[in-house]
Amino acid sequence: MLDYITSYLGMNTTPGQAGNIFWAVVYILVVFGGVSVAVMAMNWLERKALAHFQIRLGPMRVGPHGLLQPIADALKLFTKEDIIPDQADKFVFWIAPLIILCASFTVYIVVPFGPTHAITDLNIGILFMLGVSSLSVLGVVMAGWASNSHYPLIGALRSSAQMVSYEVAMGMAVVSAILMTSLHGLGAYGVAAHSTGTGTLSMIGIVQAQQEQQVWFLFKFFPLGLIAFVIFAVAMVAETNRAPFDLPEAESELTAGFHTEYSGLRWSLFMLGEYAAMIAVSSIAVTLWMGGWLRPFPNTLTGDTWDLVFALLPGAIFVALATIAFVGVARMPKHPYFRIQTLGLAGFGVVLGLIGVVLFLPPVRDRIQDIFWFIAKVGVFMYLYIWYRATWPRYRFDQLMKVGWKVLLPIGIGVLILTAILGVLL
Amino acid sequence: MQPAAVATPFFFYMLSGLTLLSGVLVITRKNPVHSALALILGLLAQAGLYLMLYAPFVAGVQIILYAGGIMVLFLFVIMLVNIERSQKEEQFNRQWVVGIVAAAALGVLFVLVYIKGHDLFPPHSFVPPENSNTQQVGVMLYGQYLFAFEIASLLLLVAIIGAVVMAKKRI
Repeated sequence: MLDYITSYLGMNTTPGQAGNIFWAVVYILVVFGGVSVAVMAMNWLERKALAHFQIRLGPMRVGPHGLLQPIADALKLFTKEDIIPDQADKFVFWIAPLIILCASFTVYIVVPFGPTHAITDLNIGILFMLGVSSLSVLGVVMAGWASNSHYPLIGALRSSAQMVSYEVAMGMAVVSAILMTSLHGLGAYGVAAHSTGTGTLSMIGIVQAQQEQQVWFLFKFFPLGLIAFVIFAVAMVAETNRAPFDLPEAESELTAGFHTEYSGLRWSLFMLGEYAAMIAVSSIAVTLWMGGWLRPFPNTLTGDTWDLVFALLPGAIFVALATIAFVGVARMPKHPYFRIQTLGLAGFGVVLGLIGVVLFLPPVRDRIQDIFWFIAKVGVFMYLYIWYRATWPRYRFDQLMKVGWKVLLPIGIGVLILTAILGVLL
Repeated sequence: MQPAAVATPFFFYMLSGLTLLSGVLVITRKNPVHSALALILGLLAQAGLYLMLYAPFVAGVQIILYAGGIMVLFLFVIMLVNIERSQKEEQFNRQWVVGIVAAAALGVLFVLVYIKGHDLFPPHSFVPPENSNTQQVGVMLYGQYLFAFEIASLLLLVAIIGAVVMAKKRI
């Protein structure tokens, strides 16, 4: 048994490929827990960042700077009454949030946090991710219909039309990135790159192709990779029903869109599913265009010194966060009313500092590096989501359809054709 | 290390049972939305069967196209239908006897082929290795069967243009 457990530590494949059930289960639990915590953190960050965008303070009461607000929210939602409308289709109403939740969590099976840090590596990885994440629209449609009310139904109709339209443009962008995995061509700044032979759909294979060709696909065939990435970045916001494409839940027109009739725990499942889907599509974008788990400049800034610098970075960031927390402690008002808050912030700083110290240890920092860079890149996208929401007004529905069908789709097809031509010529 | 076999009889019976069950639900539910949802379940179970046949690409395409694309459009249309009126309508028309006879005949045909036609099936079907399955499909479609593939795509193009022409009054 012990051999079975330790056998994975020396392996070069993911637990799923190695058929190692113990480690696969561990990875599933870690990813599930990690994503749930990330959703809570994202919830807090979004409220705080939006507030600061609008020159407000945001949550300040529960914990220092509202750090414990997500936990308080979760407790509130757990204890709220769970109302099912009398005229609703009970079974469909009950199962719709579960479908959204399952669809957005199942895609994490193939998300590559590192060359060996994934639950499994499917041969059809990217296809699997697109397919399963497209199932979440079923949950939205079912929720809207089962509520037996006008606003949710309109929200569901909008949502299904929007998702089906943007999936097409998204597919075109993804295909042009997949095409790049098999093509020769210029590496970064004209440095000749190796050919990788046949292409691949596997998420880990796509990142390895970028490593071998020594270029992020974002910069490959400049500006084709960039255009495809922009198309994906727009389509993924529409796919996850986020501002400025949040028409299915436009609160000024439809109260809350498809989840108007939901309350309590069931409503929070929608939120959990939405944020998990946001992280999932961001990780698709990171994997396809931004080099997945690769650290910045793995081929130019080489050598032991640079390796050490980049390996120490995760720990250094946590120590810096701890320092910020301690500065916050020093700046807290000295009034006795704030004593618990100050102590809490100090405790938070100590925890962050300890994590930083642990990340400095050589065995940990070697293993954690890939995961750190992947999460850091995904974090950039999560911040972009908040930024979009604070910056742009909501689209009108006909504008949304026009952008999807008349702008993104033709450009996507053009990029796909040009990528194929360039790949054959260069 | 060789990965453990996934094609166990348990999964086969579970998936085919799900397919049959949802097929029956599709035609017996009075509410068309429930029928559509049962159909989605059936299509997903079918994708699982494709996976067991070592055809991951087909399974992925099945999920994206049918469960994620076509069925969403189905639901989109059904949700606009007046459900209360459709629930009062008679569910089966007079042809159900003929339908059952035809289905039974087809079933008997399948069973006969399975029992008598041992020579029809190759003893070992060609299974491309799992890690290059998709590439093999691509090579076959764009190499050996290129002509048929292009004809099929032309047919789809004609269908798309036809749909636009029929839907739009003034072009």
